[in-house]
Amino acid sequence: MKSLAELKAIKEKMQGQVGVRSNDHAGTRVVVGMATCGIAAGARPVLQILSRLVQEKNIQDVSVSQTGCIGLCQYEPIVEVYSPEGEKITYINMNEEKSREIVDKHLIRGNIVTEYLVGNK
Amino acid sequence: MFRSHVLVCGGTGCYASGCQSVFDALDVEIKKQGLEKEVGVVQTGCFGLCALGPIMIIYPEGSFYSLVKDTDIPEIVSEHLLKGRIVERLLYQETVCEEEGIKSLNDTGFYRKQLRVALRNCGVIDPESIDEYIGADGYEALGKCLIEMTPDDVIKVILDSGLRGRGGGGFPTGRKWQLAKNLVPDADQKYVCCNADEGDPGAFMDRSVLEGDPHVLIESMAIAGYAIGADMGYVYVRAEYPIAVKRLQIAIEQARNYGLLGKNIFGTDFNFDMEIRLGAGAFVCGEETALMTSIEGNRGEPNPRPPFPAQKGLWGKPTVLNNVETYANIPQIILKGADWFASMGTEKSKGTKVFALGGKINNVGLVEIPMGTSLRDVVYEIGGGIPDGKKFKAAQTGGPSGGCIPMSLIDTPIDFDNLVEIGSMMGSGGLIVMDEDNCMVDIAKFFLEFTVEESCGKCSPCRIGTKRLYEMLEKITSGNGTMEDVDGLQGLCDYICDNSLCGLGQTAPNPVKSTLRYFKDEYIAHVQDKKCPAGVCTDLLTYKIVDEKCKMCTACIKVCPTEAITGAVKQPHFIIPEKCIKCDACVQKCKFNAIIKS
Repeated sequence: MKSLAELKAIKEKMQGQVGVRSNDHAGTRVVVGMATCGIAAGARPVLQILSRLVQEKNIQDVSVSQTGCIGLCQYEPIVEVYSPEGEKITYINMNEEKSREIVDKHLIRGNIVTEYLVGNK
Repeated sequence: MFRSHVLVCGGTGCYASGCQSVFDALDVEIKKQGLEKEVGVVQTGCFGLCALGPIMIIYPEGSFYSLVKDTDIPEIVSEHLLKGRIVERLLYQETVCEEEGIKSLNDTGFYRKQLRVALRNCGVIDPESIDEYIGADGYEALGKCLIEMTPDDVIKVILDSGLRGRGGGGFPTGRKWQLAKNLVPDADQKYVCCNADEGDPGAFMDRSVLEGDPHVLIESMAIAGYAIGADMGYVYVRAEYPIAVKRLQIAIEQARNYGLLGKNIFGTDFNFDMEIRLGAGAFVCGEETALMTSIEGNRGEPNPRPPFPAQKGLWGKPTVLNNVETYANIPQIILKGADWFASMGTEKSKGTKVFALGGKINNVGLVEIPMGTSLRDVVYEIGGGIPDGKKFKAAQTGGPSGGCIPMSLIDTPIDFDNLVEIGSMMGSGGLIVMDEDNCMVDIAKFFLEFTVEESCGKCSPCRIGTKRLYEMLEKITSGNGTMEDVDGLQGLCDYICDNSLCGLGQTAPNPVKSTLRYFKDEYIAHVQDKKCPAGVCTDLLTYKIVDEKCKMCTACIKVCPTEAITGAVKQPHFIIPEKCIKCDACVQKCKFNAIIKS
């Protein structure tokens, strides 16, 4: 270790990972439906990419987790985003590509991606 | 990159309750269900709630599972990790919500009033990964010291923070460093030592820091080295802590590989390296001069002070010796500033203190609280109260050097000076709770037996005095004591305190002194009434059958090993005192509580 920059590089790489371990549930919550219907429709890669991107991009105060059957099985994979105020946004028929868009536009910049919303079909 | 982290406690407490098989089962099951790329499993240090081990937390949900068995693992993996359905029956009951979801751990009784500074990484990071420590701001304080601060700046921050030694004495840490830096200006060599010879019965916070966050010690010792001008450090850790030793050894290797130990750290001209020295388990080696004598390879015996270690310590060179918990506070103070640290605690005791809760308390485990928290909060809020609805009688702090705090002083804010004032001491932070079934004379005898055993024998006040004191207590608990014995205790205690060479002897009579001060009636009951009010001292007990309660079932007759109980079915039972050896077998066997001892 010859400089603070070196230390900082390791820290930034690790911070997202260690940051997952917080007991503070105050921030934005992203949940992916991972019941049998969700898994069959391809929810696992969606969950993985969301979780990876949030950590890689070190997006603060956002947690990604699973939930059970949301009840709209024909629209799975479903991703719900709960704002800290408790408002819920529901995205349907998700895939990896759409997930990337949600991360960039919604989680980072705060713009809801209306074309993937439920009810927009 | 994992979407979910499973943190399994790998502290000694959870090891003892079987966390290794839980950890192994997780590994197998996660691979079986094809989740090894999505779910990371980490063995961490102590979470604190040792009574409920093995413990695991799953993030990002923060589900806290307690008393987990390896047979529960398939359910946890398929339900929680795959489908996201929390396994409610295994949740720590305090975190279960009425409505949907779970309560955050920080909202439970055990954690709500805690404030984790020294233990902040314990149970959060993988102690065998230097990267995770760096991810949690690790080594940043060392970098800041070396690059932005002079040694005097560092000492000033520690002085201003008000940090006092967590090993028991409470000496200001910054002052200690200042002395080591300045007392011998032309010293060619200085040393930094760490006291990890945690010998108090019931204290295990230093072990938990070493097991859960070993890098914090390395970082702090390097900072201390920079502050006083030392390039070598020694950690004196007891050999009875194999997990701690192993993890510290791994951490030292990792720090060397990263160049955080060695030459030219962070590209500066500061060099620092460190080594581990194993203690063979002598209590006296927790005393600073004995500890250094032992590091030098000699028999662990104390030496008179002065000269103090800051002047003439290890191999005659100026040395700083701090306890593990003290070191664990240093990097946070450097990063967040002296004011931040000084904002916690009381006027003369800043920051937090870790206590190991033990004895008659529900949440046996490790807690960290701001100084000034009342004993009542610790026992009833954090500790969850006394089991079986029994009454609190006293709390013992400071191990064999400390004293007992009675119910009347339960609202005392805990800090260094208050505890000394009421006849106890902070010590390393063991806190043993006693209920109405504990005999205070017996407790004093227990601690005295320990110090008699551990006295190194170098000075006679301690070697002979503690033995005589023990004999007097034995006489009292066996029913042969006189009031002269009780009156004589105080004088002998004072003599030992005043004349012993080191801290061990000087504090050894404290358990007797404090119980004499607050529970003299129990001593008198043993002597005058020949009774042990708590029913502990067997020599003073008689067992009796209460005829009204006795169903004459002969269960006690069958279990008595000395045939001391007469009677037959439907015939009155009677205990023959001369034959009774007071083994308690009949009391435990009787379903009707018909046998009493008094």
